Amino acid sequence: MYELIVIGGGPAGLAAACAAWEHGLRRILVVERDRELGGILNQCIHNGFGLHYFREELTGPEYAGRFIRMLESTGVEVRLDTTVLEITPQRQVHMVGKETGYRVEEARAVILAMGCRERTRGAIALPGTRPAGVFTAGAAQRYVNMEGWLPGRRVVILGSGDIGLIMARRMTLEGARVLACVEVLPYSGGLTRNLVQCLQDYDIPLYLSHTVTDIRGRDRVEQVVVAQVDQDRRPIPGTELVFDCDTLLLSVGLIPENELTRQVGIRIDPRTNGAVVFENMETSLPGVFACGNVAHVHDLVDFVTAESRKAGAAAADHVRDPLRGEGPVVEVAAGAGVSYTVPQRIRPDRAAEGCGLFFRVDRVLGQSRILVRSGDRLLADVSRSRLAPGEMEHITLSPALLAQAGDSITLSVQEVGSQ
Amino acid sequence: MYDVFIIGCGITGAAAAFHLSRYQLKIAIAERENDVAAGTTKANSAILHAGYDPRPGTLMAKLNLRGAQLARELCAGLDVPYRPCGSLVLAFSPEDQATLRALYDRGRANGVPELALLSGAEARAIEPNLSPQVTAALWAPTAAICSPWEYCLALAETAVANGAELRLETAVTGLEPLPGGWLIHTDRGDLTSRYVLNVAGVSAQAVHQMAAPKTFTIHPSQGQYYLLDKSEGNRVGRVIFQCPGPAGKGVLVAPTVHGNLIAGPNAVPVAGEDLSTTADGLAFVRDTALKSVPSIRFSQSIRNFAGVRAAADTGDFVIGWAAPRFLDLAGICSPGLTAAPAIAEYAAGLLEADGLSLTEKPDFLCRRTRLRFHTLSPAEKAELVAREPAYGRVICRCETVTEGDILAALRGPIPPRSVDGVKRRVGAGMGRCQGGFCGPRVVELLARELDLSPGQIVQERAGSWLLARETKGGASHV
Repeated sequence: MYELIVIGGGPAGLAAACAAWEHGLRRILVVERDRELGGILNQCIHNGFGLHYFREELTGPEYAGRFIRMLESTGVEVRLDTTVLEITPQRQVHMVGKETGYRVEEARAVILAMGCRERTRGAIALPGTRPAGVFTAGAAQRYVNMEGWLPGRRVVILGSGDIGLIMARRMTLEGARVLACVEVLPYSGGLTRNLVQCLQDYDIPLYLSHTVTDIRGRDRVEQVVVAQVDQDRRPIPGTELVFDCDTLLLSVGLIPENELTRQVGIRIDPRTNGAVVFENMETSLPGVFACGNVAHVHDLVDFVTAESRKAGAAAADHVRDPLRGEGPVVEVAAGAGVSYTVPQRIRPDRAAEGCGLFFRVDRVLGQSRILVRSGDRLLADVSRSRLAPGEMEHITLSPALLAQAGDSITLSVQEVGSQ
Repeated sequence: MYDVFIIGCGITGAAAAFHLSRYQLKIAIAERENDVAAGTTKANSAILHAGYDPRPGTLMAKLNLRGAQLARELCAGLDVPYRPCGSLVLAFSPEDQATLRALYDRGRANGVPELALLSGAEARAIEPNLSPQVTAALWAPTAAICSPWEYCLALAETAVANGAELRLETAVTGLEPLPGGWLIHTDRGDLTSRYVLNVAGVSAQAVHQMAAPKTFTIHPSQGQYYLLDKSEGNRVGRVIFQCPGPAGKGVLVAPTVHGNLIAGPNAVPVAGEDLSTTADGLAFVRDTALKSVPSIRFSQSIRNFAGVRAAADTGDFVIGWAAPRFLDLAGICSPGLTAAPAIAEYAAGLLEADGLSLTEKPDFLCRRTRLRFHTLSPAEKAELVAREPAYGRVICRCETVTEGDILAALRGPIPPRSVDGVKRRVGAGMGRCQGGFCGPRVVELLARELDLSPGQIVQERAGSWLLARETKGGASHV
């Protein structure tokens, strides 16, 4: 019997396991399906990681390496090349590995840290033929950075999320020609620094309000057709551009990987596609926590680390005091302009120092107010100069605010000058 | 010299090879692609039809019924995913109800058992997600679903195990009559055979015309599909049709044996094998499927694809002698998947009547089993991994396919030569991430087992290369 099993050895699992150790747990198991710890960070060889958490700029493998070394200095047990197949409500974890065999391990607490996967061509119903050469940007990144193979020579990228932007630069540096980055929205979903450093610096054109309308080629991609879209994201006839290319990379969104979560019956928030979590990242199944991209998709690994440390500490609390009662709960609703919040539920008696609230807005906004209301009462009014869906936002709810919150609060945003 | 040379290894060619492999015959199957099931067989609705659709008296009607019975036995004996779920044809209007009545009568005339006409409420009672607009339905409990490519593979693999020779990446380029047989020109040299079966699908007209004057025309008709995530797999439990029209059986909604939901196809005439989907085609499929089942969440789409029906202008299957010792099995559009084993049986009868001696082999293998890690109980999994550790490494997370599953396929009777070949055999890459995670691992395994460089591994056909070249640092530095 373990005190804690952490499912996933990426940035979330590593930080959660380290924090649980710091908070006194001693029988901890991290289960990782890959052959090494670090998760997706291992293929993110660009820099820009750690600016918030370490106050310095690291590459993905360096950032992971710091936590792997931290973990190695603890007594946390790690099982690599081992896949979790099932979790039961009694926190039995079924896992299988080539070396470790098929095992069922029990734990007092479980942390879900499985990360996310990429949306695919099928998810966005992209028409055309079905040749080889259509890759998700992350799969292409794995081929280039982990396997040592370049998946194409002339490339169009659909989606201006960070992975797409990073891959535009990476493919260029490897000698491929990136012809265009195409974004269906009128603005990029990526970080501003990536737009500058990955596209502008290499003269790669960004086509905003455009999408791919056709893929051509029998066996391998031969052409990609791009067209401008109207306000409803419908292609405008007559605006087509044809690119002769052999590769289309898709950077069209990430989906938290919650098959284990769903299968054990944990409540899922359809807005985050992750578990509904409390202030300490506990899910609807007591003793099971979720953190990192499996809970909601983050932009910066630094925030994954912070959130996962919180989950690790909370798991340690749970192991020490598993029967702690439910207490009053404040439900957090996403109001106008807000696409989701994490956490979705707050127990004020467990948030004595207040509670951080992460959220995303549903469109780009200029000077704005972030409003927290309970019924008709305005509890907080915070201003921001700019808000964008591509950049996760964060406010802190004070204990005083939570004391007045009743059983629900609503978070909304309002652009200044509009009602 | 072969006794029988089969051109094309889709479901019908594989069924013919399997059926004939029980006799003491020297059999070859030529397939121009690098795998079996590479044409219409891998891209269709995966339905084993009950048999009320074809006009009584046609070959389609006769062979559909017999084929459905044989398919049930074959899928059980050869370990092919199969589910006898039944089908409903929906009516939305009085005209539709008249069509249902006609289908019911036709089904009775064809000998389809257990057909029943239901009210809209009765239909919704067994299938609660049907539209409230449904006014009546035709219930056919003997319809089933299967995995068409696994069915084809099972037949072809068993034929090979029984001594048939499968020649992949072998295109027939010409045919010349010989005394007592045929000289067959292929892009890999000439072969001879006493009999030739033309089972070339969309290319059957072209192959026919290598041997005989034109007697039929193939009018390829394309159909586009949505395949949805398993989260939508229980949206319906049965095959849901709308009333058939001139273009075919129309857009259906059905569960798949793999646990997904399928919706499609539309019907668009195309020139040759045009497999491209279109925004309009997919929108039509979506809108039409939602008329039957309004709650389908198309946001859960994981793949779109198109298949081409090899329909002949005769309105029926084209099964008969095109020239002496040259038998057409052509125009095999729907219900071809259902009819395939009956077509094979029928063809064997024609061959025998023509003088081919059919003597059964004493050692004919008629059973095949497959180990699938994900279907085992925890205790069985533990035992298997202890015995063969490769089953402990999960390669495809979405479908829980292990290295052991993939290695077994690579060492099977018809080893896969492509990433999609692996997918058809074991399901790796069939799930919601569509190979995003397992693709590189499958490439690695294929390269290792086939003793090729990763740069030589193809997605599907020859020419569908995946990797352009090594990076500047090179794979050797990885």
